[in-house]
Amino acid sequence: MSLKLGVPSKGRLMDKTFAWFEKCGIALSRSGSDREYAGKVEGIDNVSLILLSAGEIPRELATGRIHLGVTGIDLVHEKLPRWEQQVEEVAPLGFGKADLIIATPACWVDVDTLDDLDAAAAGFRKAHGHRLRIATKYHRLVREFLTDAGVADYTLVDSQGATEGTVVNETAEAIADITSTGETLRANHLKILSDGLILQSQATLWRSRIAKYDPDEKAVLNELLDRLA
Amino acid sequence: MPNRSQIQARAAMMRVRFEAAGAHVVDTPLLQPAGMLLDLYGEDIRARAYVTSDALRGEQMLRPDFTLPVVQMHMSEGAEPARYTYSGEVFRRQEHDPDRANEYIQVGYEVFDREDPAGADAEVFSLFALQLRGLPLRAATGDIGILTAAVAGLKTTDRRKAALMRHLWRPRRFRVLLDRYAGRKPGPEGRDALLDAADPLAIDAPMIGKRRAPEIFERIEALREDRTAPPISDNELAGLETLLNVRETMPFALEQLRDVAVDLPQITPALDRLEARIAALQARGVDVDRLDFEASYGRTSMEYYDGFVFGFYAEGRPDLPPVATGGRYDALTRQLGDGVEIPAIGGVIRPDLMLELEEAAQ
Repeated sequence: MSLKLGVPSKGRLMDKTFAWFEKCGIALSRSGSDREYAGKVEGIDNVSLILLSAGEIPRELATGRIHLGVTGIDLVHEKLPRWEQQVEEVAPLGFGKADLIIATPACWVDVDTLDDLDAAAAGFRKAHGHRLRIATKYHRLVREFLTDAGVADYTLVDSQGATEGTVVNETAEAIADITSTGETLRANHLKILSDGLILQSQATLWRSRIAKYDPDEKAVLNELLDRLA
Repeated sequence: MPNRSQIQARAAMMRVRFEAAGAHVVDTPLLQPAGMLLDLYGEDIRARAYVTSDALRGEQMLRPDFTLPVVQMHMSEGAEPARYTYSGEVFRRQEHDPDRANEYIQVGYEVFDREDPAGADAEVFSLFALQLRGLPLRAATGDIGILTAAVAGLKTTDRRKAALMRHLWRPRRFRVLLDRYAGRKPGPEGRDALLDAADPLAIDAPMIGKRRAPEIFERIEALREDRTAPPISDNELAGLETLLNVRETMPFALEQLRDVAVDLPQITPALDRLEARIAALQARGVDVDRLDFEASYGRTSMEYYDGFVFGFYAEGRPDLPPVATGGRYDALTRQLGDGVEIPAIGGVIRPDLMLELEEAAQ
């Protein structure tokens, strides 16, 4: 059987992943039309390319349906509880860099730290009768981070896109989201808490600890890892 | 491993014993409205309970424990004094330890009685000890009421006391606050400049969001007030630190705490209650000279306990959760009782863990 490599199926993440493997002498490409999610691998035998949404790659690694996969640290940590036991980090790929952070309106001059956020949350709940809402799609990571920091009186509200806009629209008071340059945050009059960095993420090549490796797959895995090193 | 019917048979047997002690059997729905639980526990409960929903009733949770619905039931229709027992499944999400059960049976006993709190404490503890007799367990006890009394009586601003009280159950945050209020840790950079500014809100950013300018200004005023408040004294701080570290058998713990009360006289009424409890436990035949008391015990568990707390742990099995836990939750009845309150104490036992320990012993 061949070693299955999962790669994001579109956009810059796919292009940059292809370019990264190219440097190691492995040419990945989409076979056939642009709409078809099948791939071709040249420069190494017995590796098959599987094109997937970046968000699905953590789960595919965890179930062992793919042996190797490229996706962000943020998605692996969010989607896989006890991720260390399910996947192993093979190599950071140096692109797709982004920080998961907590941001509040810039006009909150009294809020600079998590400590301030906690105090603001207590006051907010008293004034408005509900908890301070933080919009995010990273529920597990944000909850664990805030629990660990001892922040209370907040609630997470789900936001799968345009999260920065939730504050202006008053569907949330603060946000926890991925940012690379901070440009979108500034444009939406938000600022990052000075101790509000939850996670630094980048595109990473992962190996599944769950997938079964037959002797052929093991051999090609070792060859591949040698060439990537 | 014990099977389900063995666990259910054991649960039924234990419930009969609680009935014999005077309790009424009660049951509660498996699906609980999420609002009340979220209100009480906050976002943390989502990490511990399974949430589901439908369009009609909104978010609901698979019963994470019985105490809340039993208290609600008692506050709306119960006569007093009252004793209740129940047994049934509770559900807890497990995201860190796959060996911990996410569904298990609890057998519980709850007492609502205003006449004799020390007697009720001793009644519940000794009934639990009786149910668990013969198992290799270590009992731990504590008293959240001593901590709250210590904080409530600090010679500092009400705002500081409220902030400390709010974080009593988050030891790390509590520590940070305490250090700040004792003047041991400066505020964040730029804080002084902000508080000194004639118009702190005059910045180059539009007002957005539901938290409006008056709220921001109110907090700045609070910070200004706090900056001029004197630090918590070394005496009080040392007293609080000694208190938090008391870990002894019950009579010695009481003795140490009486020494702490020299610096923190506000804990004396709570210590009198501890003394009465020790006497009541002794009267019921509990060997208090070998019963552990930890002043910090119960600080990281459910937030509703506010007095006597206890737990039974399997000796040499740190991998197992406690076999039984319980405590006093007077404030919860006040919160759920619409102005009415009644002193209440209760706890739960896990028959599955009892059977597992019995099997291991054979």
